[in-house]
Amino acid sequence: MRKIIKYVLLDILRNKILISYTVLLFAITMTMLFLGDNETKVLLSLLNIVLIVLPLVSIIFSTIYYYNSVEFIELLVCQPIRRTAILLSIYAGLALSLVIAFGVGVALPLLMMEHTTTAALLVFIGFLLTAIFAALAILGSVRMRDKARGIGVSILAWFYFSLLYDGLVLFLLFQFSDYPLEKPSIVLGAMNPIDLGRIMLLLRLDSSAMMGYTGAVFQEFFGSAGGIVIAVTLLILWMNLPLWAAIRRFNHKDL
Amino acid sequence: MIEFSGISKKFGRLPVLEDVSLRLQKGRTVALIGPNGSGKTTLIKCLLGMVVPDKGHITFGGRNILEDWSYRTDLGYMPQIGRYPDNMTIAQLFGMIRDIRRMPDQRLDEDLIRAFRLPAIYDKRMRTLSGGTRQKVSACLAFLFDPAVIVLDEPTAGLDPVSAGILTDKILTETQKGKLVLVTSHILSELDDLVDEVVYLQDGRIRFHKTLPQLRADTGEHRLVRAIAHVMENSML
Repeated sequence: MRKIIKYVLLDILRNKILISYTVLLFAITMTMLFLGDNETKVLLSLLNIVLIVLPLVSIIFSTIYYYNSVEFIELLVCQPIRRTAILLSIYAGLALSLVIAFGVGVALPLLMMEHTTTAALLVFIGFLLTAIFAALAILGSVRMRDKARGIGVSILAWFYFSLLYDGLVLFLLFQFSDYPLEKPSIVLGAMNPIDLGRIMLLLRLDSSAMMGYTGAVFQEFFGSAGGIVIAVTLLILWMNLPLWAAIRRFNHKDL
Repeated sequence: MIEFSGISKKFGRLPVLEDVSLRLQKGRTVALIGPNGSGKTTLIKCLLGMVVPDKGHITFGGRNILEDWSYRTDLGYMPQIGRYPDNMTIAQLFGMIRDIRRMPDQRLDEDLIRAFRLPAIYDKRMRTLSGGTRQKVSACLAFLFDPAVIVLDEPTAGLDPVSAGILTDKILTETQKGKLVLVTSHILSELDDLVDEVVYLQDGRIRFHKTLPQLRADTGEHRLVRAIAHVMENSML
């Protein structure tokens, strides 16, 4: 398994798209660090990058990479290796190289300039979101045989998690504004990895004060040690469940 | 050594294999013959674990292949259309597969690589190779790890006469070593002096499984081409 990860990793790290993605992230981070006057502003701007750009690149790049390595997978499937090991290695190679790109592009410069736990938390959320969206991409591409449809589904998934979902939540909150919605809104927030990441970081930045009563409830729930453990557990579940579903499908797939 | 029992497979609503049972013994060369779309490749892919049958099971040396993937160590496969990662060179491809299969160098069977003079084009990328050269690479990979069972799907389609000759000779020497060779081909004339048994597949069912002498006796034809033509014309034996 380690050998396959090595081959996937070497293949991706030579990829020009990934290199330019790293350079772009690095440039953005450096600009923000030098232009931003206080830490909160810098972190908030970077948070938006992490929440929008990272999932998008992660899911699209992983999907396209999977479809391009169909031949590679076919070759490996008739070698004496377990199918689970093949898919997991490809996922690990993908997630690892995207994590490296984020690490070099954002984590390294940020952590060198800012030595706060909030900055560390931002980096941690970035790593998790990268891994989660790579897993979602693997699930989508294992299920869809057709490349165009697979890429379409992954774009839709990103669109759903980063834009549509928030719209739906706002709509629900607006419709049921006569009722106490603090507790349901915690559940709704947990159902989307991007929102979960946003809430975790915003609470650290004390911007929750601007979110009114809901913010206070969030603070009470996600601000406590138990709440953070739950949030991280949920994010890890968001990574493992799609992967588990993808492996189940892949083990019975005709190639 | 290999046993298919009651294999059925549908692609969507289309049945490809229907209740196929087949027993293959060690040291035999078996030809899998049938018209286009009769399920030959699907049957082979079931054996390789690339296609999972809807019903039935396959055992390899007594072990169920769905539960134990390690049987693939004893299996060499040459696909009909070899698809390989585009950006790899031939040398990298061989290196990677050798790295994964981990076999000591002295046990590797590199006869075919030398015979096809592949080292001369080792640094060509897979994307730039012609169909025939790809076939050569596939053939080399199938024989490289000296497996006990060799599966060849249309091995000589696309090869020039000289290379096809080299490959047929290689298949003959391997059978003489007591290996089980399963081969599909439409070029029946080349199978004549190669195979011991013939399996005839049509519409996803096995019409017959006979030894070559028996088939000759039943049809009264000496050449395999004529014998199969006889079968096809009289549809059943």
